Amino acid sequence: MGKERVAVVGIGQTKHQATRGDVSIAGMVREAAHEALADAGMDWSDIEAVVIGKAPDFFEGVMMPELYLAGALGCVGKPMLRVHTAGSVGGSTALVAASLVQAGIHGRVLTVAFEKQSESEAMWALTLPIPFQPPLVAGAGGYFAPHIRAYMRRSGAPDHIGVLVALKDRLNALKNPKAHLHEHDITFDSVRDSMMLWDPIRYSETCPSSDGACAMVLTDEAGGDAAAAAGRRPAWMLGGAMRSEPTTFPGRDQVDPVGGRECAADVYAQAGITDPRAQFDVAEVYVPFSWYEPMWLENLGFADEGKGWTLVEDGATQMDGDIPWNPSGGVLSSNPIGASGMIRFAGAAMQVRGQAGEHQIDGARRALGHAYGGGSQFFSMWAVGTDKP
Amino acid sequence: MRDVAVVAFAQSHHVRREQRRNEVEMLMPVLHQVKTDVGLDQSQIDFTCSGSTDYLAGAAFSFVITLDGVGASPPISESHVEMDGAWALYEAWVKIQAGAADTALVYSYGKASPGSLRDVLSRQLDPYYLAPLWPDSVALAALQARACIEAGVTSVAEMAEIAARCRRSATANPFAQLQGSDDADVLLKEPEIASPLRRHDCPPIGDGVAAMILAAGDRARELADRPAWIRGIDHRIEAHALGVRDLASSQSTRLAGERAGVGGAPVDVAELHAPFTHQEALVRDALGLGDGVALNPSGGPLAANPIMAAGLIRIGEAAGRIRSGEAQRAVAHATSGPCLQQNLVCVLEGDE
Repeated sequence: MGKERVAVVGIGQTKHQATRGDVSIAGMVREAAHEALADAGMDWSDIEAVVIGKAPDFFEGVMMPELYLAGALGCVGKPMLRVHTAGSVGGSTALVAASLVQAGIHGRVLTVAFEKQSESEAMWALTLPIPFQPPLVAGAGGYFAPHIRAYMRRSGAPDHIGVLVALKDRLNALKNPKAHLHEHDITFDSVRDSMMLWDPIRYSETCPSSDGACAMVLTDEAGGDAAAAAGRRPAWMLGGAMRSEPTTFPGRDQVDPVGGRECAADVYAQAGITDPRAQFDVAEVYVPFSWYEPMWLENLGFADEGKGWTLVEDGATQMDGDIPWNPSGGVLSSNPIGASGMIRFAGAAMQVRGQAGEHQIDGARRALGHAYGGGSQFFSMWAVGTDKP
Repeated sequence: MRDVAVVAFAQSHHVRREQRRNEVEMLMPVLHQVKTDVGLDQSQIDFTCSGSTDYLAGAAFSFVITLDGVGASPPISESHVEMDGAWALYEAWVKIQAGAADTALVYSYGKASPGSLRDVLSRQLDPYYLAPLWPDSVALAALQARACIEAGVTSVAEMAEIAARCRRSATANPFAQLQGSDDADVLLKEPEIASPLRRHDCPPIGDGVAAMILAAGDRARELADRPAWIRGIDHRIEAHALGVRDLASSQSTRLAGERAGVGGAPVDVAELHAPFTHQEALVRDALGLGDGVALNPSGGPLAANPIMAAGLIRIGEAAGRIRSGEAQRAVAHATSGPCLQQNLVCVLEGDE
């Protein structure tokens, strides 16, 4: 059965920063949505449905905040869906919105993801009080550090690889006016000498805690054609998939999760990708701690097992490398958690639409957007391109 | 549109307080039951979607744990909505419509007993203007009930009749939390708890779970003798601020009902997610359901209202009436938010 094609015709995001004290939650999501609508040449009345996503409601202390946001997002009298799939949610939200178009149910869908982390302390919200298990009380970094250590041991990667990733992403962020962190004085030494938080993760190898929102307008094929005719290049969705696996089970590989591999394989099959490093021009991948770049390079098939770190060392993922990863600065430079996945998806679409400004990869024709969440167990990905599939 | 049907449904025995089992343990039996009913294991189900809220569990990412009950290894294509399970069903239905799946597992759960539900639900309100005042869900429903009475939508006497009818119907529902009722005139002698609401006008607070399997076309016919076909489904939301809404009408229910095609043919039975008595009258009128329609034969949410699952249960109950042959055409309704802010309507039919 043939799916309706999906086009990204509008993208918006807020300036991400530690505290958006100047706006309410509604004001913040509206800022991103408004920018996406303006980019699409549309207004609120053009939108048929809204799909919104965010990570745990405890981050803002509002239960199911989409109810309160219905008016701010122009949704009164329309369908509204609220997605929550942990850290992958920004990507999953975009995929749910895309499925409304693919199914032929709606022709123009607004999708929004946000987090206003300054309303709470994410470190504690991320420390799950699971019955019968001792609380870790160490946040996401404490959870992922042992997996990074396992990767280093398994691959034999030298200690400075994480520093190189962090330096690259933070320098890329200087080219992205929307990025949270703009560290003009950052150097290899300053990253290496920053405080060790969760060995082997240093302070400067860790994502920030941000307030921010991201929005996209997705349309059917006719909408994409209309945007192209009006001189606004659409990004065409070439494939998308989600995969989930339990947090723990016997024999689980938490360093190289099978769910991530299978999710990527599904997307690549839809998009006709057989050699991701060669066929993608750029990727926006969810790297909240620097070492996840070499780990995901392998998990996503851009490098052979145990070799991801060599691409980092060789500069392949730099903006001028053969496969730039996170030219926007990535999650390491902006992390409103619930929005971070959608920022990756939107970042990929911005590249193929040629609207990434100073962090544009020239001639980008195919891009990957990736998000993951939970204990490396929820994955959502899409591939977008300049050419209609 | 592809033909999509409910081919299996299961729910727990809803209770005021489930103290022995956590959410995963509550879910396991119903997940096993629906899979056994259709003879599928998890690897044969194309898509899985659940609905729940962290605010009942009191923990961030509470849905992550329930994945353990599903059996997600090898990895599955899966999603979650922070909404009632009826909207998880909607997402699964969309996935099937998009051709990305032929079968789907939908489940939802709500364990309200560990907290004070009236306080918890107040955290659902506008965080700047309403939530700081801690208005509780019964008080807000009372405002709406008053508006409905003044507009002539219902009366205190009719509300008592609705309560008595629903809880008497629930005596035939082994899963119901409350069964049986005094006569309406006896109920009306009780004091008001939030004028004009009396105790009988309010839903019970309880713990419960539900699971369902959907399948498309021929796959549905293979899996079930008499599939309950989803002929129309739509959902709409209204403004959040109660002051800008007409509380004596449910515009989003009316709109969703029109889009779902409720009025296209006679309706035999309707399962309405109307937790408060006046809301049954409101939803009934918004959907144009006349005297010939059997309303909430399961007892409805006045007999069992596990938050986050109660909407999905309405669809499961309506599908059950079709699958048993008792009904040919049924309407199911789900709601979310204060005073029926968001509503979903689903029309189900059996094969002729």
